[in-house]
Amino acid sequence: MKQAGGWLWRLSLANMLFLYGPIAVLILFSFNASRLSATWQGWSLHWYRALWANQALLYAAANSLWVATVSTLLALLLGVGLAVGLEGLPGRRQRQIEQALLLPLVIPEVMMGVSLLLFFVLVQMPLSLTTVIFGHSLFNVPVVMIIVRARLRKLDPRLLEVAADLGASYWDALWHVTIPLLKPAILGAALMAFTISLDDFIVTYFTAGPGATTLPLKVYSMIKSGMSPEINALSALFVIVSMGLIGLSLLLQRR
Amino acid sequence: MVEQSTSIDITSLVKRHGATLAVDHVSLTVQHGEFFSLLGPSGAGKTSVLRMIAGFETPDEGTIRIDGRSMEAVPPNRRPVNLVFQSYALFPHLTVAENVAFGPKMQGVPRGEIMSRVRVALDMVKLSSKEERLPAQLSGGEQQRVALARALVNRPAVLLLDEPLSALDQQLRQEMQVELKSIQERAGCTFVCVTHHQEEALTMSDRVAVMHQGRVLQIGSPQDLYESPTSAFVARFIGVSNELRGIVRRIDGDRAVVQSPDLPGEVQIVLPDHPTLKEGSAVTVLLRPERLRLSVVAQGLSGEQSLAASVDKVLYSGSDRRYMVRLGERVVWNVRVPNDESGRNGFVRGDAVYVCWQISDAVVLTE
Amino acid sequence: MKIASPAGWAVSSGRAVSWWLLGPGLFWMGLLFFVPLCLVVVISFAGRGTYGGIVWSFSLTNYLDLLHPLYARILGQSILLAAGTTLLCLIMGFPLAYYIARAAPGRQGIWLLLVMIPFWTNFLVRTYAWMFILRTEGLLNTVLLKLGLIATPIELLYSDTAVVIGLVYGYLPFMVLPLFVALERVDRTLVEAAWDLYATRWAVFWRIILPLARPGVMAGCLLVFIPSLGAFLTPDLLGGARSMMLGNLIQHEFLVARDWPLGAVISCVLMLFVVGMMGWSLRIAKPLSQREHES
Repeated sequence: MKQAGGWLWRLSLANMLFLYGPIAVLILFSFNASRLSATWQGWSLHWYRALWANQALLYAAANSLWVATVSTLLALLLGVGLAVGLEGLPGRRQRQIEQALLLPLVIPEVMMGVSLLLFFVLVQMPLSLTTVIFGHSLFNVPVVMIIVRARLRKLDPRLLEVAADLGASYWDALWHVTIPLLKPAILGAALMAFTISLDDFIVTYFTAGPGATTLPLKVYSMIKSGMSPEINALSALFVIVSMGLIGLSLLLQRR
Repeated sequence: MVEQSTSIDITSLVKRHGATLAVDHVSLTVQHGEFFSLLGPSGAGKTSVLRMIAGFETPDEGTIRIDGRSMEAVPPNRRPVNLVFQSYALFPHLTVAENVAFGPKMQGVPRGEIMSRVRVALDMVKLSSKEERLPAQLSGGEQQRVALARALVNRPAVLLLDEPLSALDQQLRQEMQVELKSIQERAGCTFVCVTHHQEEALTMSDRVAVMHQGRVLQIGSPQDLYESPTSAFVARFIGVSNELRGIVRRIDGDRAVVQSPDLPGEVQIVLPDHPTLKEGSAVTVLLRPERLRLSVVAQGLSGEQSLAASVDKVLYSGSDRRYMVRLGERVVWNVRVPNDESGRNGFVRGDAVYVCWQISDAVVLTE
Repeated sequence: MKIASPAGWAVSSGRAVSWWLLGPGLFWMGLLFFVPLCLVVVISFAGRGTYGGIVWSFSLTNYLDLLHPLYARILGQSILLAAGTTLLCLIMGFPLAYYIARAAPGRQGIWLLLVMIPFWTNFLVRTYAWMFILRTEGLLNTVLLKLGLIATPIELLYSDTAVVIGLVYGYLPFMVLPLFVALERVDRTLVEAAWDLYATRWAVFWRIILPLARPGVMAGCLLVFIPSLGAFLTPDLLGGARSMMLGNLIQHEFLVARDWPLGAVISCVLMLFVVGMMGWSLRIAKPLSQREHES
């Protein structure tokens, strides 16, 4: 359909512009010297420096990193176990459990946040960074599971048979053969989970206790108190870090 | 102590896949230090038998004993058996040396001893120089040797090989046939090999079991199988065989006279003495191509039987000539004649000849 | 293919061991995901305490409260906005998906990557970007004013329009991916055959391409509609006082009004929608995929 080529291409380009435009604009204007955000007044790193000086912000960033690290490690432990353990079940069961475990990624986050809040209150667990970590693990575990399982399916099943033939017990084979071969996928999954945790807002919003501010929560309160190019700068950083980590994760998954 | 003298003892092994019998009451014994092959077309059940010996599949019925011990409920990682896979299945993330060291490591062999064992194993397969390479950096033949070394380093009572030479090209295959045999002699353990190449099985093995549709048809030395097949399938599967079917007309002392519907008129063939032949029995006569002689004279030499035929095709292949001679509308035989004297046996297409053979050379199969 | 290896040794070591690996994960997810959701359902029948909190009783009054016009309006508005978002995503995403489906196989991966990357950046940041653009002193108005196209700034922010823009922006990749998968499977010779038979461009699209891509359209619509229905951030930041959606209502009841049972009821309603749509799509997807197999 050569005739359609022209406008199809243009529409697609327009779509891509739509997707990347706002982010690009945001990043661009984070370097804007003027406080009146929309008019360009020249290059400046002023807002980035302001970020660095903002104690509360740095504290929130530290919290975010802590939450992301712990929830990622937790998700790796549980998620890899699930990914490998599922292989021992019959096909139908595998699919059923997989689909059930994908639910946290599909349902609206508000529901998860609210139900977690309810749960913690009812078991009388005080809200804190720990509850945030628990909440994050709910979507990190499925993410790890999906990524690792995708890689697991591509492994040669004969390798495990050979390992058994050579005297390896189930655990030996797991440790010496399966896990080493899954390493790129595990790393990729870790990066993915880490980024998702850094970026999360809604579940964090409902499960964070006082003083348990993470970076997205801080950004939210900054937005609510008024627009400022500082937010642009912070957003720009967020975007670049996220994209970088995700890019790395995808590269690892492709290995 | 009789049981101790056999390496593997399989009794009435059965394996079902759904409604079909993949392995149908297979029984066989393998002696210590033997090179034993399971030969048959694909689907014959031979790989299933191998995997049951290794422990990756459990038999539905029957027992497997290795060195006298029953293998029932013994998982594969505790059997004195190692398997070399058709695809080699080398661990891609480990070097050659690490691959070979895997078995001893899993069995808790002390470090120092592992290293020396690995070196000995790699020496045996002549791959000592490639210790630090990764499998992806090796050729097919080299990968196979690593797989062999990885299995042999554990000093198993039995080494199982699943189509070991099928992934190699023709030239390499011929070399490896000899190589494998000498490795086996050096290692001194029992080898059980699964293959569908009859030439391979005959070259390397001390004894061969021919399998078809889950059953063992015949077990014997390569010579036994070639010279005295007990079924048409074995005769056809191993080497080339010429067949003739007929009914026994009468029995004259130690000879039987057979009439064949495939030959024009009532031609009589004399058969060697056979215990169960009676008048009216249906028989199949088998003859190997190299046991046949072409002659222009109708009367054979003493002890020979001869039949009239005409030459259909001549195939020249270096050391010998193959003649396709037609005895009847549906019967064409292969005759192999060595090219030792020029001029002699130089028949051409269309020539009328007589096919002759020593009566005692014929193999008789009763239905 | 079972990797934990076939019958023989799995029997002695596989099954029992799997539970060591599966157990923790399943227990964790069960405890933190499924149990709380059940709690929500249970609470939706409970009563409200005087100072917030819960009085454990069983009544259906909370559900009846939903019939109040205020809540009904919010429900209706949520459905409307989510539907609008889905439609827009479909209209915008379809050409893009089609283009990628027809691109050379090597480049398809890159295109898809480009489409997905914005999705993986922070949702908050992406929503803020639109605030930056749409506000009265924002980029859009500044540019339009400078170009002389308008005399006074347009009030785009804090409106339903802004919410839809934000939602479309957020979930467009979710529409493009399933559409791509379905369109990629469409046999190009069918399209060419239609051309050969004098079909117009519109007819080709409406009668050939769209029907064949139906499974993808359904999947994409589902993947956009469900999260949009339960959206919280977008209406919160981009919407006005009257743009409240279910997500905001839930948050309001739980954290502001502290009427947890009511909040639970709304959550259950949302859950019902989600589950209902997923179930409906599964039922429709089956015969569709069966037909695919037959053709």
